[in-house]
Amino acid sequence: MTRTIEIRDHLRELHHFQNRLAISAGFVFFLFLILFARFFYLQVLESDRYRTLAEANRISISPIVPNRGLILDRNGHVLAQNYSAYTLEFVPRKLADFEATINELATIIPIEEIDRRRFKKLMKESNKFESLPIRTRLSEEEVARFAANSYRFPGVKIKARLFRQYPKGKSASHVIGYISRINHEDLARLEANKDLANYKGTNHIGKIGVEQSYEKELHGIAGFEEIETDSAGRKIRVLSRTPPVSGNDLTLTLDAKLQEIAERAFGDRRGALVAINPKNGDVLAFVSKPGFDSNLFVNGIDFKNWGRLNNSIDRPLNNRALRGVYPPGSTFKPFMALAGLELNLRTPGYEISDPGYFRLPGSKSRYRDWKVGGHGKVNIHKSLVVSCDTYYYELANELGIDNISEFIGRFGLGKKTGIDIEGEASGLLPSRDWKMRRHKQRWWPGDTISIGIGQGYNLVTPLQLAFATSIIANKGTAFRPHLVKRIQNSKTGEIFERAPQILYQLDLNPDNLEIVRNALIDVTKPGGTAAGAGAGAGYTFAGKTGTSQVISIKQGEKYDEDAINERHRDHALFIAYAPAENPSIALSVLVENGSHGGSAAAPIARQVMDYVLLGKMPAHMEEESVDGNREGAHD
Amino acid sequence: MTRSFRLWHYLTRYIDSLLLFSILLVMAVGLATLYSATGGNLTRVTNQAVNMVAALVIMWLVANIPLQHMMRLALPIYVVGLILLICVALFGEINNGARRWLDIGVTRIQPSELMKIAVPLMMAWYFDKHETTLRARDFIVAAMLLLLPAALILRQPDLGTTLLIISSGFYVLFLAGLSWRIMIGLVIAGAGSLPLLWSMMHDYQKQRVMTLFDPAQDALGAGYHTIQSSIAIGSGGIIGKGWQNGTQTHLDFLPEKSTDFIFAVFSEEFGIVGNSSLLVLYLVIIGRGMVIAANASTQFTRLIAGSITLTFFTYIFVNIGMVVGMLPVVGVPLPLISYGGTSMVTMLLGFGILMSIQMHPKLVKT
Repeated sequence: MTRTIEIRDHLRELHHFQNRLAISAGFVFFLFLILFARFFYLQVLESDRYRTLAEANRISISPIVPNRGLILDRNGHVLAQNYSAYTLEFVPRKLADFEATINELATIIPIEEIDRRRFKKLMKESNKFESLPIRTRLSEEEVARFAANSYRFPGVKIKARLFRQYPKGKSASHVIGYISRINHEDLARLEANKDLANYKGTNHIGKIGVEQSYEKELHGIAGFEEIETDSAGRKIRVLSRTPPVSGNDLTLTLDAKLQEIAERAFGDRRGALVAINPKNGDVLAFVSKPGFDSNLFVNGIDFKNWGRLNNSIDRPLNNRALRGVYPPGSTFKPFMALAGLELNLRTPGYEISDPGYFRLPGSKSRYRDWKVGGHGKVNIHKSLVVSCDTYYYELANELGIDNISEFIGRFGLGKKTGIDIEGEASGLLPSRDWKMRRHKQRWWPGDTISIGIGQGYNLVTPLQLAFATSIIANKGTAFRPHLVKRIQNSKTGEIFERAPQILYQLDLNPDNLEIVRNALIDVTKPGGTAAGAGAGAGYTFAGKTGTSQVISIKQGEKYDEDAINERHRDHALFIAYAPAENPSIALSVLVENGSHGGSAAAPIARQVMDYVLLGKMPAHMEEESVDGNREGAHD
Repeated sequence: MTRSFRLWHYLTRYIDSLLLFSILLVMAVGLATLYSATGGNLTRVTNQAVNMVAALVIMWLVANIPLQHMMRLALPIYVVGLILLICVALFGEINNGARRWLDIGVTRIQPSELMKIAVPLMMAWYFDKHETTLRARDFIVAAMLLLLPAALILRQPDLGTTLLIISSGFYVLFLAGLSWRIMIGLVIAGAGSLPLLWSMMHDYQKQRVMTLFDPAQDALGAGYHTIQSSIAIGSGGIIGKGWQNGTQTHLDFLPEKSTDFIFAVFSEEFGIVGNSSLLVLYLVIIGRGMVIAANASTQFTRLIAGSITLTFFTYIFVNIGMVVGMLPVVGVPLPLISYGGTSMVTMLLGFGILMSIQMHPKLVKT
């Protein structure tokens, strides 16, 4: 009985459902007919009217690009600025044969091979309907000549545009960075951040350095213009205008003069230098050699120059100060000494007698001191002044890797410092954990020994070394290193001063600190490893030399400097601060393959400190500054 | 030879070829239009192609799941979806003034998208359970199942999705046999509550409705979209301006031209001939869905198939209606054509269910 009812119910349900489905089908069909009717109305009946509207659809909204903010050094010298110039542009894919057009243009306006190469590279990187410049920075005469012939070149236009220029050319190029044309990745990022609307009309964006990291401040806010145009797109009148807001001006902590002195002190050698004011974290000089000319990138670098920079064995595009990682060598020793004292494993009176090597108990292999035959009796003071290796082999063995990585990690080695430009490398302060993760091996006691003199797995950046030095210089207080000192709002004129930021304060025993600091002063006195660089200085300065191995020397083999390929020579390092009692500058210098810290790196540091503390220029530059202003020149 | 044939047979045994073929055709139209809309940006077109392939794979997977399993999943999916929606309301991320996304650590998800499938599944499941004893009370319960998530999504606010979910639920109610008297009552009640709804709407939503009646009143603000898309469509005429030749599109007059307004690009370049062909193609898909619904063997599968098909239609109608200036501007994409991965996946998931209903051996209730 119930069964029949259920079946009947099923059938009724089905019938009901199909009934309703049929109604919906009718409904769908009816609504589609309405859509079709609307199409018919728009596209057949009213089509002419809309076609006219489309032809005359000439109220367009065009963006006005804001002026990019300036970048100045701490004394107001211009490092990046804008100038306005005419460019000759067209949309290559709208012309039947753009090569022919370029050839014809070349008959009235000089178009060099480099312009053509650059144009082709731009075409590869740009969108289909983008207008691209074949020539930039046209002279008045060239503009006039084109204007007289413009009827021959439909689609080719003269446009006034703002260009970025870096008056110092190669100087500080890694820090200032450069802007370059917006590419697909930049676009994707802008879209993700919902910044695309603000970049309508903007062609360039910061790629590295301050230009990249402070893009938001520098770019400004785009303005808009409602324009009525004729059917060819020519402007008839402006209906309304929302002015753009220029980008903010940045004042850096960098001293352009000091930067130049430091760069020149390197000569043709490769390397890096970072100078910091330990009292507030201001970065005074930030050198990576060799450099490159930022101006090359602004209008799109051509293949040839790009290849030259990118494939050079000297790797000029690499920011060594920020991203280069090197074993710290003996510049590691002051931190080791502090660790020994603070952890009560060493007293000032403790002495070793150095036979010229260290041997792990129960092992045959020798860890050699750099000085054959050894330094004789060595206490902690002497160990730093003469840079005794044996002392630190032994200390490292007693401290153990855990203490070393924990204590020295507090000085920021092997960690990013948090400086305000992107791309910083973190380097490496090895630990048990790290070795297990990276090499799937346990930590052997032998691994610790060479860590003691800054070799082995240790890797630091020149920036980290300068930062760690500034902590010793400042008796334990660590300021975050920063490059931007001041931001000036272009609209309100409001000035935002970046306050020095204390990262942390190390709790160090003042007596221990004093022992190390005194030893570092004696490094630059007669008998110390940097005595040469210290001679005749009008102030006291503290320093530590370092040498870091590029290739390893086998047991029982001798390092013969002359016999080794130049690129395989040791890197020279030097850290210093001055005046020793109350430092206003702390720095690190690295000279790649410079062999000896005392002879290659320390003299560079001396020139930098002479300028900061005494205002003294190196002899060769003094003459030039009388000759006149080098600022206009850029090569 | 026979081996690969067997593999092919194995892979396609639950695939409805007519449905698949029409979907692929519309997708091809979509890619071509997107290429033109983005001014030849191959990255975008490739992204979209990847979205499509991913969505097709999901469709294939779903088509391979027999419906009994799907039925078992209806309740859990619905409950999880509802909990996620509550989480969004409590700790969702605010983006552009709307709270729609939920950060679950690995990735961000938009639970309202899940509900587009979960709500009709749940309602169909409920009606299937109470098939033989259908009473007025059951419709009230079903209405609650629908209105609870809809209210949560409306609050986000996301008007477009709310409307789509309400309509997908309404289709289930309608197909299950909701009495005409109640429906007429609802229409009257709805009309009566319009002033109340109006007072609850956000200013930008009111603006959009007002512009519908007189776009010129705000030619450079909210009416801009509608005016420009009407011009694009109208100037397309009978055969259109040709692929990649739409002036409205390439001179940047059209807003949102690769997403919600992509139909205007298509229409400008292919004219009324193109439009009608596209409508016919869509009709084939809808018709096939209805045939599948009519042949389905259980109440659950019937209701699901009907609701999915009619919701697909709703997307099309609301989107095109908006682009041609008949409906207010609501964020609803044109199915299988607009740029974007989420709606593509939701859409093809639905088609996967349709194929599963059609192709799996029929279950006869005993």
